[in-house]
Amino acid sequence: MENLFIPNPKEAESIHILREVAAQFERPVLLFSGGKDSITLVRLAQKAFFPAKIPFPLLHVDTGHNFPETIEFRDSLVKELGLELIVRNVQDSIDQGKVREERGRYASRNTLQTTTLLDAIEEFKFDACIGGARRDEEKARAKERVFSVRDDFGQWDEKNQRPELFDMLNGKIHVGQNVRCFPISNWTELDVWEYIRTENIAIPSIYFAHKREVFFRDGMIWTANEHVFREAHEEVVEKMVRFRTVGDMTCTAAVLSEAVSLDDVVSEIRLSTISERGARIDDKRSEAAMETRKKVGYF
Amino acid sequence: MDIQGRKLIKIATAGSVDDGKSTLIGRLLYDTNSLTTDKIEAIERNSRQRGYDYLDFSLATDGLVAEREQGITIDVAHIYFNTDKTNFIVADTPGHVEYTRNMVTGASTSQVAVILIDARKGVIEQTYRHFFISNLLRISHVVVAINKMDLVDYSEDVFLKIKSDFDALVEKSNFNEEQITFIPVSALKGENVTRKSEHMPWYLGNTLLDHLEILEPEDLQESSVARFPVQYVIRPKTEAFHDFRGFSGKLYGHSLKVGDEVTVLPSGNRSKIKGIQFFDQQIDLVAPGSSVTITLEDEVDCSRGDMIVRAGEEPSSEKAISATLCQVNSKALKVGGKYILQHGVNRVLAKVDQIESRIHTDFTGTEEADQLRLNDIGRVHFRLSKPIHFDSYQNSKSNGAFILIDEGSYDTVSVGFIE
Ligand SMILES: Nc1nc2c(ncn2[C@@H]2O[C@H](COP(=O)(O)OP(=O)(O)O)[C@@H](O)[C@H]2O)c(=O)[nH]1
Repeated sequence: MENLFIPNPKEAESIHILREVAAQFERPVLLFSGGKDSITLVRLAQKAFFPAKIPFPLLHVDTGHNFPETIEFRDSLVKELGLELIVRNVQDSIDQGKVREERGRYASRNTLQTTTLLDAIEEFKFDACIGGARRDEEKARAKERVFSVRDDFGQWDEKNQRPELFDMLNGKIHVGQNVRCFPISNWTELDVWEYIRTENIAIPSIYFAHKREVFFRDGMIWTANEHVFREAHEEVVEKMVRFRTVGDMTCTAAVLSEAVSLDDVVSEIRLSTISERGARIDDKRSEAAMETRKKVGYF
Repeated sequence: MDIQGRKLIKIATAGSVDDGKSTLIGRLLYDTNSLTTDKIEAIERNSRQRGYDYLDFSLATDGLVAEREQGITIDVAHIYFNTDKTNFIVADTPGHVEYTRNMVTGASTSQVAVILIDARKGVIEQTYRHFFISNLLRISHVVVAINKMDLVDYSEDVFLKIKSDFDALVEKSNFNEEQITFIPVSALKGENVTRKSEHMPWYLGNTLLDHLEILEPEDLQESSVARFPVQYVIRPKTEAFHDFRGFSGKLYGHSLKVGDEVTVLPSGNRSKIKGIQFFDQQIDLVAPGSSVTITLEDEVDCSRGDMIVRAGEEPSSEKAISATLCQVNSKALKVGGKYILQHGVNRVLAKVDQIESRIHTDFTGTEEADQLRLNDIGRVHFRLSKPIHFDSYQNSKSNGAFILIDEGSYDTVSVGFIE
């Protein structure tokens, strides 16, 4: 008669963190990229506050070079769940002369997002930004706190992070500071995929294998598209590919894949030997890349 | 059960610099196929650049730039790997002399401690400290990995000597419920890490990985009384849920069920559990560790920081508490100092009444102290602005620990274990 409910420990921890964010901060926001990690966050937030609505808005920093599938997905999710969505555009930051568009072979708007994000934080006076970063993604992230305090300039100081003991989270901050909150810090890529499958969560179609015009460079597969710089000799071919992360088109490489269902994707991830960030072109620039970007406020 | 239906085991590591902790973790990752091709390539490249004729697995875990420059690990890093049956999270806590705070931090979220000893050096002063801390945090399962056995000819005598020295240490400790397991390994060569060593036929026990895999989370979880600190009150105010008032939080210590008589603290009001909810699912009986939402039969006053417990199992409520404290910030704790005390999700103001003593982490007793500096551990008495509802740390980890937040910087400066 009495069925014992046994929790999934990682899910329970994430929900605990999301509730702490809602309780400890006045203006939290969920940074929504349209990728699987932020979609997972939305599901967790739904669970954390049910039957009430998610008590914070979503913020999408749009580089203008997103995959159209991601944007469509974003809009339908927001509509379905009745969420509040704020969009801020990197293009506006460029037009205002705050940042300059990169040129050349590896030109990307990925790093430009930082300025747009910091401006949005200031505009809306957000004191907590919830992100989907995971500690298994990259070495520099392995030490990231669940609550990571940033100064007025969004800077991260790895020497001055608060120790996190047990599951007590200290989100006390001064005016002008804000906190980056990472509820799925302890999840691995496989955890996320398994969760999406178990929960049957909808994700953008580009996560599944599809035919796409691509070209090869530096051993990686790039989308052939007006936004992505391509040299004349770099030949465009059609391949069955899928994406493991859905960032900006200019810095997200595809992988060859035949995985058309969540089951396929999960088994592919299980067997795969290239880490997810290996498909992020911006990290290949240097090993310390992530760390440098984090220091200047990248999320 | 974890997300993939695997069990989840959380491990804290401790060792002195150069005992081979990074190598051991790197080895575990490599042998469980948890390193991706690009990481293995990076390790091969880096090993070559440094002129090694072996793979330096320690590179698998070394993180920050500053740390790479200094060549030491300076913080707690989290590392993930899994086998078919188990998901592991390793809190890699560095063993440098000054870093008591890091091990305390890493151990606070762990169920198992792996203490490394260099077979050539044996039990040293830092081993005392590592064991002291795992005791302070009441980690019930300790693995002593005696590493670099390849450098002592895989000698059983060396192993037994270290084991008996460690046993002498255990005699001095006051926590006798832990299980301690000794494993001779060579992290560099991979002996007894995931593969049984042919060089040590005298060792009949499990490899390190096998040993960690047979642990059951239920056995590692503390069982005590049910504590439900309220994190957030859910009031949808929608038509469908017009009168819904749910208390959400994480349950610790023991299960709760619908119909349980409960007391709400601090008011002391009694009620009954009307419903337990997880998302859109109604639950009769909920296991500890769950993040759920509880509704009560009566309209009782209850908000964030309050606590729901089973009637008759109320914790102590006091405005004066004594605790063992570990200072985790470079600003010293002094008598008369005022702090924000965070106990679970509840916050009150606290004033340091008295610092009774500083405790030696080598089990040699205590000394008088007028302040606690970074990495010091001591006995401290506090007065609080309001009573908190606590258990001793011995009886309930979740309800017996707190942190102190500096009123000026808002940094987390200490962690306390209530007596
Ligand atoms: N011979 C031998 N050397 C080891 C072993 N484990 C680690 N080392 C070496 O000891 C040194 C310190 O190891 P490292 O893992 O960086 O130590 P950590 O400071 O504890 O992380 C390195 O040169 C390792 O190659 C072992 O089992 N046998």
